[in-house]
Amino acid sequence: MSDTSLEYGKPGDAAATGALGHTGSVSDYFELLKPRVMSLVIFTALVGLVAAPGSLHPFLAFAALLCIAVGAGSAGALNMWYDADIDSEMQRTAKRPIPTGRITPGEALGFGATLALGSIATLGLAANWTAALLLAITIGFYLFVYTMWLKRRTPQNIVIGGAAGAFPPMIGWAAVTGTVSLESIVLFLIIFMWTPPHFWALALYRSRDYERVGVPMLPVVAGADETRRQILIYSLALFPVTLLPAMLGTAGEVYGGVAVLLGLAFIVLAWRVFRVRTGGEADRVARQLFGFSIFYLFSLFAVLLMEQGAGLFVALPWNGAAAL
Amino acid sequence: MNELNEDELRRRRTRSIAIALILAGLVVLFYVTTIVRLGGNVADRAL
Repeated sequence: MSDTSLEYGKPGDAAATGALGHTGSVSDYFELLKPRVMSLVIFTALVGLVAAPGSLHPFLAFAALLCIAVGAGSAGALNMWYDADIDSEMQRTAKRPIPTGRITPGEALGFGATLALGSIATLGLAANWTAALLLAITIGFYLFVYTMWLKRRTPQNIVIGGAAGAFPPMIGWAAVTGTVSLESIVLFLIIFMWTPPHFWALALYRSRDYERVGVPMLPVVAGADETRRQILIYSLALFPVTLLPAMLGTAGEVYGGVAVLLGLAFIVLAWRVFRVRTGGEADRVARQLFGFSIFYLFSLFAVLLMEQGAGLFVALPWNGAAAL
Repeated sequence: MNELNEDELRRRRTRSIAIALILAGLVVLFYVTTIVRLGGNVADRAL
């Protein structure tokens, strides 16, 4: 057995004491990076890069995106390292590489830490150190604030921890401009406000999993009805936030129209989740909202990207000067 | 340490190839990044 894996594996982890180490395949390591989360991170960071005023050499933009993706992946690996004990108890996460013993916690820790430091340093060299600092904050926030501190302690874990997932467009923006501006903070706010209703919709029909491992997700602590109320409140608060890019001139008419239509659909679905509280139908509407929330965020950012990248930008009347 | 079986040896070999490719990729990444960042200044340096 690898001594290193035991040294750095957390005490009490079944996986740390049972696995031999050095048995993981390349795809196991790739799975540690949470590729599905990483794809959303790449996409939102790309939107930040494209929407930012100014330009970045295409190769440096590619390098910046790669660093952001790897940095986000490293946060996923470090999260799986720390959460291996509860991951093994939850249906959704039991087949991850550490709970199944394909990768030891020590290997995941070394892998994640190396990628984190490497991606931050490379982003600083390829783009600028403001973007690198934001990437470091993102990884640190996800690991220390969300995973280690909030996740197992408070039902507000998703609300505050969601900030980590909201940083990528800001990092993309900073890679081009070297600064943090109001427009990039608005892109951050959209994802930040979207995260609670998105995750709580999932938690509504997965609450037993969280309850079993003692993660205080809102439905476990405050009950399903309070969760439904909070989903509706956040969905209503999200709507005006998504209109801000059009108000500020970062986005144009097409985005404004899509944001209004999809935002109303989001509120209707949140209202249905709020109203339908029993039986299989309650689970069905929660799943519907969860699925739609992914489509919703993807669509908003896709329209932003198309407006800027494909020349569809038509400024709203009050932003005429900004479009010139 | 236990002897690795055939499957573990195969996975180790694949891992080693992946690491080699990543290292080669990093060499290219840093080389091109340096050239792009230096830009025209590379011709203006003191000889």
